[in-house]
Amino acid sequence: MNAETSIKSGADWRDQIFDVLQAHDIKQVYHVPDAGHSRLIEHCQRSNAIRTVTLTTEEEGIALAAGAWLGGQRSVLLMQSSGVGNTINLMGLTKTLRFPFLTLITMRGEWGEFNSWQYPMGQGTPKVLDAMGVLLYPVDKAAEVKATVDAAARAAFNGGQAVAVLLRQKLIGIKDFGKKTAR
Amino acid sequence: MSNKATLQRRPLVKKILEGADDDPLVIAGLGSSNWDITEAGDRPLNMPLWGGMGAPVGMGLGLALAQPRKRVLVITGDGDMLMSLGSLATVATQQPDNLAIVVLDNEKFGETGNQATHTSPRNNGPTESGAGADLGLIAKGCGIADVGIVREAGEVAQLVKDVRTKKGPIFRVVKVMVEKLEFVMPPQDGAHLKDRFRQALLGHP
Repeated sequence: MNAETSIKSGADWRDQIFDVLQAHDIKQVYHVPDAGHSRLIEHCQRSNAIRTVTLTTEEEGIALAAGAWLGGQRSVLLMQSSGVGNTINLMGLTKTLRFPFLTLITMRGEWGEFNSWQYPMGQGTPKVLDAMGVLLYPVDKAAEVKATVDAAARAAFNGGQAVAVLLRQKLIGIKDFGKKTAR
Repeated sequence: MSNKATLQRRPLVKKILEGADDDPLVIAGLGSSNWDITEAGDRPLNMPLWGGMGAPVGMGLGLALAQPRKRVLVITGDGDMLMSLGSLATVATQQPDNLAIVVLDNEKFGETGNQATHTSPRNNGPTESGAGADLGLIAKGCGIADVGIVREAGEVAQLVKDVRTKKGPIFRVVKVMVEKLEFVMPPQDGAHLKDRFRQALLGHP
């Protein structure tokens, strides 16, 4: 455990998300490793109440979420906007099976993004999710993260919807490799 | 169009599911595997997929983790399995002891006209060649230790026993014939299939 991840729950929006997931009785958390979600993922990995599953590709998370719901458990898929495209065909399962689905997405390719390769899927993310009937809950202020994730979880698990919280890049901060060397 | 297999998928699946009651929980991949489990006997604890290619192993894993005291059985085809090979590594990270995966491998994409899949042999003619891909070796390489391949009628009794009772995760490839079979269809409404499954398992939809 390093200093950054041992911070007490509740101090930061990343920690608040973990509290909300626990309050909503989330039992399975799926992810492809992601810098924006790393602290939340570590919270989940250390929890005895939550099963954390590392995926090889984000679409597995849709299948796992459907299976967990068949078995009576709630889950959440943590991913980056670049992973959203990988999920789209299986995202249709949320409509055909009509099961509650919650995903938290860290956005790239928007606020001050330095990597041009992140723009196509980052900019496409809200459009393709909307096209698949997923409700969008964007948030770009730290003070509003907790309430947004809570509302999204209610829409999913009480309202039976497929819901995506978009954690905007403005919230997460601009990723920078520091001093770049041209080659 | 044919392969060298001698086992027929329908009687085999019927044997695997014989006596199924509140156990096992069954996920079947789209197409032939769906019709196979339905001919064996449609039941609420069957989840036959009509779409979602590549989803069955992930669904089986999510279900197995949620229901550790129930046996979970994934039955699917080689084409479907090839679409989600990474999910075998994900299964291996979790080591669910209640999960069995059976791939009915006829070396063809059956729903689209029996084109060769990657499990077909190489150098098998201009339209029938694959890669000779070995799904058992792939599963083993992904970290699933208990892997087997079944080709003969004499091995079926052991196969049935293994997939119903042996400590998981287990992975079995069964080489089956290419056959033209009647479609035996379960209800198509996905929400209905999900609700009846949950009703039977949990007592509420």
